[in-house]
Amino acid sequence: MAVATLANPTRFSALAGRLLPFVLAAALITLAVGLYLSLFVAPADYQQGETVRIMFIHVPAAWLSMFGYGLMAVAALGTLVWRHPLADVAAKATAPIGAAFTFIALATGSLWGKPMWGTWWQWDARLTSVLVLFLMYLGLIALWRAVEDPARAARAAAVLILVGSVNLPIIKFSVDWWWTLHQPASVFRMGGPTIHPSLLVPLLVMAGGATLLFLALVLIGMRNELMRRRIRALGLRAAAAR
Amino acid sequence: MTLFLALVRQTIRAAFGQGGGAFTGLLFYFSVVATLPFAIGPDPATLSRIAPAMLWLGALLATLFGLDRLFQDDRDDGGLDLLVLSGLPLSLVVLAKSLGHLVATGVPLLLGAPLFGLMLGLDAGAIGWNVAALALGLPALTFIGAIGAALMVPLRRGGLLVAVLILPFTVPVLIFGVAAAGAETSQPMLLLSALSLAATVLGPAAGAAALAAALD
Repeated sequence: MAVATLANPTRFSALAGRLLPFVLAAALITLAVGLYLSLFVAPADYQQGETVRIMFIHVPAAWLSMFGYGLMAVAALGTLVWRHPLADVAAKATAPIGAAFTFIALATGSLWGKPMWGTWWQWDARLTSVLVLFLMYLGLIALWRAVEDPARAARAAAVLILVGSVNLPIIKFSVDWWWTLHQPASVFRMGGPTIHPSLLVPLLVMAGGATLLFLALVLIGMRNELMRRRIRALGLRAAAAR
Repeated sequence: MTLFLALVRQTIRAAFGQGGGAFTGLLFYFSVVATLPFAIGPDPATLSRIAPAMLWLGALLATLFGLDRLFQDDRDDGGLDLLVLSGLPLSLVVLAKSLGHLVATGVPLLLGAPLFGLMLGLDAGAIGWNVAALALGLPALTFIGAIGAALMVPLRRGGLLVAVLILPFTVPVLIFGVAAAGAETSQPMLLLSALSLAATVLGPAAGAAALAAALD
């Protein structure tokens, strides 16, 4: 099936509705297995103790915060270049979910930071970049809400998303530079780059489950957004007929 | 080219004319710099240590708050439609309007900055570096801000939203700007210039896309 046939919102909704139970079930099963592995099977870290288990939520959420922005950037291209009618629906549905995962990454990072670094928040390079990403998600959501006409909001948001995707690496680079300039490496040493398979396997399972959950939520969000637009169109038509 | 220069001139004249905000920006800058010591305390050592940060934050806010009406006034009086029909590419329209804004609000800020630096206890050398860094960084702030201003066109009011959208993008400018003012090496100054040059390209292009999206 070509992507073009999916451009029809009704057909997409129907297909998404049929796929959704499977994606959701796969997500829940994977997450259940992943949680069991990470909470009961994975050993506690010899230095960090039980708190290492926060990683199994934290790291997938952090990955997906970036995955979400990537997804929106592709959708923004779809809006601006091909004017694909579903591209903006996808981007708009992804934004709050991406923001939520970014928030989870920040919140769990904070919870992990308290016992490990002794502070809830540290102006560490990576934390700061993720915080800026979070702000960008919120700004985009605000822009979508501020522009009344969905078609105009779609293209305005798409422009901002693409500007952001150019800027994100620059922000990341500058924040890294700023941090290495101002702070000597004092706080954060995460046991080296290698991670033992006993921790890696649960982490990957959790990442897979979280990704499936993310996709399922995006599908749900897209269907809701399509219905919201249909309601808006019906309302406009009813108002015009009166 | 004549059209382009005329648009730059018109933007500058509008900013200095009746109802323009050119001096309001400078006044806002002054107010921010004058209010912060009340929050921080009058200790000269502390003030001179954070002076570059205050000079940059004030300039950043003054630039952004002046920007949200950059295209909205033209939209309200129909001038924007005429500009679209004029045959001048939209990216050049954005470039001309931003250049006009840069001259009309940026230059007063640069003239005010040495005085504010003096009041915050910076010595002459530091003031020179700070003003040089501001001069190199203001184009980046203006051109990035122009994207936000163009995004405000379909809205009835822009107000705070432009700052919310644009502030995250100004993080690199702020980092290298403050660093350039206090560094012994030229590296941050060069990076700051690079950001300004990149913004000169990206800002008008993205701003034109935003205008096109808002107008058709």
